Amino acid sequence: MIETAILGAIGIITVAAAVGVVATRSVVYAAVFLLISLVGVAALFLMMLAEFIALAQVLIYGGAITIVLLFAIMLTRAPEQTNVKDNAQRPLAAMACVGLFALLVAAALATPWRTREPGTDPMAEFTALSELLFSDFLIPFEIASLVLLVALVGAVVLTRSGREGA
Amino acid sequence: MTVLEFMLILGAALFCLGLYGVLARRNAVLVLMSIELMLNAVNVHLIAFARYVVGTEAIAHVLIIFVITIAAAEVGLALAIVLRMFRNWETVNLDRISTLQQ
Repeated sequence: MIETAILGAIGIITVAAAVGVVATRSVVYAAVFLLISLVGVAALFLMMLAEFIALAQVLIYGGAITIVLLFAIMLTRAPEQTNVKDNAQRPLAAMACVGLFALLVAAALATPWRTREPGTDPMAEFTALSELLFSDFLIPFEIASLVLLVALVGAVVLTRSGREGA
Repeated sequence: MTVLEFMLILGAALFCLGLYGVLARRNAVLVLMSIELMLNAVNVHLIAFARYVVGTEAIAHVLIIFVITIAAAEVGLALAIVLRMFRNWETVNLDRISTLQQ
């Protein structure tokens, strides 16, 4: 019972912060709202007994990605940017999103899910994750490291001022 | 409403908010933030499936790890592009950037 209440509270905070991300005028506020939302998702992972993923979420999303986004905001500070209005397709976008949401909710409620009794041992899930990651998913795992390396090199190349003076 | 359905509706809400941000925002950095929201919505769905649905247990966890990894790479590259864009056009307003070169 108390678990349901906690889950509901986390869900409300996460969605409210997400609304803040897309509704606020200030870019810095949006980044802070995004951080709250990401930490809320990490809390959801914890409630689902996925400690390792919650940790990765806090470290990578809450730490790295938010900081990089804040850096980008600071470095692209144009005078117009503090008060950029949304564009003209706003009502259309809102309609599309409400429609998609209704569709997704209807699909989630109508589908006869083959549910199982949720496990209670977080170590079992973690062990299964690590065994899969280093057996069946070994090659995708290595490719992911390559992707990270290429992204790193690409970011350096893109932001460096070249001979042509950028 | 079961916990699975609650998580699915929550993920759907996050995804739709992210989609709205991508469609309606003008600032490139804000569009990136909305994309992060959408990726997180998918992760919420995956973790709900991993816990409550038959046959997805650990694979969903592996997928979440990969989504987080790719999101990190994506954000690094995309922000490099945004910085480059800002240096070339002195704006990050997506509506004003409509050519491939200056």
